[in-house]
Amino acid sequence: MDVTHALAAGMGGVRTAGDLVARMQMSRGMRLPEAKSYVADRLGCTVRDLSDSYAMEQIRGEKGLGRILDHSNLHPGEPNAIMAKFRIAELLDVPINSVERFRALAGV
Amino acid sequence: METRIPTRMGDGYMVEMTPSELRADIEAATEEAARKAGCAPLAQDELDHLLDIYASRAAFTAVDIGDQVVLSCDGGGSKMTGTDLLDLLESEQRLGQDILELWHIEYSYKAIKTILPFQQQVMQNVQLMCTAPVQYGAQPNLAFYSKPDGPAENWFELLPRGEIAAARAAIEEAMDLATKDFIYVGEGMLDTGADGMDFDTTGGAGDADFFSTLRAVKHLRGKYPDAGIEVGMAGEFVIGVHGELEWDGRRLAGLWPAAQVQVCQDAGATIYGPAVNIRTGKSCAWNAAYAITVCKPAMEVARIPVHPNVGEGVGGVPVNGYPPEDAASRAAKAHVDILKCDGL
Repeated sequence: MDVTHALAAGMGGVRTAGDLVARMQMSRGMRLPEAKSYVADRLGCTVRDLSDSYAMEQIRGEKGLGRILDHSNLHPGEPNAIMAKFRIAELLDVPINSVERFRALAGV
Repeated sequence: METRIPTRMGDGYMVEMTPSELRADIEAATEEAARKAGCAPLAQDELDHLLDIYASRAAFTAVDIGDQVVLSCDGGGSKMTGTDLLDLLESEQRLGQDILELWHIEYSYKAIKTILPFQQQVMQNVQLMCTAPVQYGAQPNLAFYSKPDGPAENWFELLPRGEIAAARAAIEEAMDLATKDFIYVGEGMLDTGADGMDFDTTGGAGDADFFSTLRAVKHLRGKYPDAGIEVGMAGEFVIGVHGELEWDGRRLAGLWPAAQVQVCQDAGATIYGPAVNIRTGKSCAWNAAYAITVCKPAMEVARIPVHPNVGEGVGGVPVNGYPPEDAASRAAKAHVDILKCDGL
């Protein structure tokens, strides 16, 4: 069922900009049109690009926001996971809890 | 003679119906939903679109390009990969989920309280490895605070005996214990790096279950202003078990989604998830029309994102261990296209 919904209606998570739009809903309570518009503005792309895996693969790579990894699409030396979240927090101008925790616990 | 189209009943069983029969089901459902919820039925163009979605032989359907919505996957993942970390990585990297959720198979806050440090450690590790937001989810399950599972007297035994005052006292004792647990777990997870909390299946034990949760939401919102807080509901209206509980002057018993979302957003939630349980003896087309009619007024008053539940047995998805893809995808498309919801 998770796969069904992901294909039928989901934005695509880190494969697109679904995680970024989700962060604006979660942390700021933005309705979907506002959240999509905010993220598109921050990324410098169109709203339709946000759920376009082709467009977002390029944009995420350029901005170091983390990308899907598999055997034919590896990006060693590029930010992913917690490293990418440092950049996402800065790009979206929202605090990310785990990034703040990382800073505090690592003493950076 | 009209063509007969393969379609599903609410338990997942495949039947064949004509477009006229499907239309009749959709019209009957929206009229019944409007009468029960005290709202308007769906408009003619919405009914027509719903019929287009269901009067189709396609094995799968989807929203239009660009219309995709955020998926908050309560209880997502398979739990079959060996570890929670791998499960969430798979959900992020393979399923493309927008919001991940760490959860334990003992999916109640009361149970999670006893293993909080273990769940905190998993959350800390997960946050190092995942890029997408990860919330922590569990259910309020207020009934677990009554005997024989908990310390309070069992109000479901007291009420049939007419011991109303004693039942309300027992409920209030349970509510205090429950809210403390929700806050304890919520603070624990948010202090460990969680992006948010999910109160899943809220109101399952009625208005007191809902009230206990709202108190915890308000507390967590005050302490963690940037945290995501999702309140997903258990049913289309709040059952009045206590009967006298109010939130900011609004009686909780009997609230339908339009009022539910208002108390949730006033308490501090950032995502609200209405739930409309499936009628297994009705077609999925009937169930989708009913659910969308009931939820539509909430879309008009919501200040926060609305993510209708379309999991197993809710929102027009059959109550079946393996919800058929044709039915689940139709439910998703119907909710997105007609409700214009913010997520699922």
